[in-house]
Amino acid sequence: MECLIGIRGKDFVLMAGDSVAGRSVVAMKKDHDKMYQLSNRLLMAACGEGGDTVQFAEYIAKNIQLYRMRNGYDLSTKAAASFTRRNLADYLRSSTPYFVNLLIGGYDDSDGADLYYMDYLGSMVKLPFGVHGYGSFFVLSVMDRYYKEDMTRDEALVLLQRCIDEIHERFIINLNSFKVKIVDKEGIHVMKDLRPTTKPPEETPGTQSMDIV
Amino acid sequence: MALEEIAGLKFSNGSDLFKGDRLLADDCLQASFNLQIPRFCDPVQFLKQYSEDGDSNVKIQFDHGTTTLAFKFQQGVIIAVDSRATAGQWIASQTVKKVIEINRFLLGTMAGGAADCSFWERLLAKQCRLYELRNKERISVAAASKLLANMVYGYKGMGLSMGTMICGWDKRGPGLYYVDSDGTRLANYTFSVGSGSTYAYGVLDSGYRWDLSVDEAVALGRRAIYHATHRDAYSGGVVNIYHMKETGWVKVSQDDVFDLHYKYLRKE
Repeated sequence: MECLIGIRGKDFVLMAGDSVAGRSVVAMKKDHDKMYQLSNRLLMAACGEGGDTVQFAEYIAKNIQLYRMRNGYDLSTKAAASFTRRNLADYLRSSTPYFVNLLIGGYDDSDGADLYYMDYLGSMVKLPFGVHGYGSFFVLSVMDRYYKEDMTRDEALVLLQRCIDEIHERFIINLNSFKVKIVDKEGIHVMKDLRPTTKPPEETPGTQSMDIV
Repeated sequence: MALEEIAGLKFSNGSDLFKGDRLLADDCLQASFNLQIPRFCDPVQFLKQYSEDGDSNVKIQFDHGTTTLAFKFQQGVIIAVDSRATAGQWIASQTVKKVIEINRFLLGTMAGGAADCSFWERLLAKQCRLYELRNKERISVAAASKLLANMVYGYKGMGLSMGTMICGWDKRGPGLYYVDSDGTRLANYTFSVGSGSTYAYGVLDSGYRWDLSVDEAVALGRRAIYHATHRDAYSGGVVNIYHMKETGWVKVSQDDVFDLHYKYLRKE
């Protein structure tokens, strides 16, 4: 029931995640942030099993910080993503697998902005845009239609808004608020929460409602 | 460790990790391995045979079913709980204390397995006291809830059932966290946990405001639990209300839901 979206632009990665933390049928928290800062210019969005997401995200984040402390410089996005994937894969066949799906977005000076898509089985792929969750069924085609290489921040935000609107339009679960962040050369920037802009359904013009007496 | 000696076990990991400091090793081991599980045992498989559809003639049904709620408002945190314990369809007790007093500034609620909640929260009380002694200041609610979440995460998948709310007052003001046996930890203004939680949310969400007075807040908590006990068969008994203030917690009241039913009926 969770949805994570990542879009790579010219020199930034735009990442968004829905802000509902639910347990069975109850929405326990409606302003939950599913994105975790791994380092100055690395952001990870995680969804999946309750405790696993936080524990895994914090484990990876601390190890990335440790690398920084030991070596004096940050891990590249590619290396951090590989490290994360290796951990997922190693734990997969242990007694404590991590049931988490991830999007890792980062910026480094050598490769620019990169987005990596990872799932709980330890598969990883570098993508221009990626979506996790049921939302992907609705949003991937919107992305395929409107995504262009080297988009500006504003264009990417418009595309993201389109995606959120489509989810609101067709997905049965109410995800009416998304936390949004941008990773670029300067670091991680927290954007305003995005909500769907579509209006509630009105009478379609040209039809008359029939009162059945 | 005394148990280690009695059982004749040798934990060699400790001496490898901390070459010099045996005391430090013991302490760290104490903190992380509080329930020693024999390596050959899979608790979930083992318990399966005793469950409803298991093979054994002996059926073990754990105490479940409850309604607990807590909410933050400008005057602190209100905690309201019912007091019924059920083992399957059997009402085991109507007088269970579902609010666990961790220390003067921390309260925990009980939902899910009664034994799991009381044990782990008592262990949390020990860790909080150790923190106080080491750091010469009271532990924050965020840290206490994180300790609990990390402790139970270590036993994830082994059949623990616990849904608790850690409430307290620290430097940052009133604090409220939801922690469960999956390892989930969430901070929010209102929570309700248990089989009757959806009914309690209904009354709580429609009456909640940040600027409630203490009396209004207590009445809201009481009302929400009453309505949950009315609709949920697994909740009932009495409504216990606690109020977490800057100066610590106070137990506000205890009311039988049966009496509340007629009281509310008369008022309307």
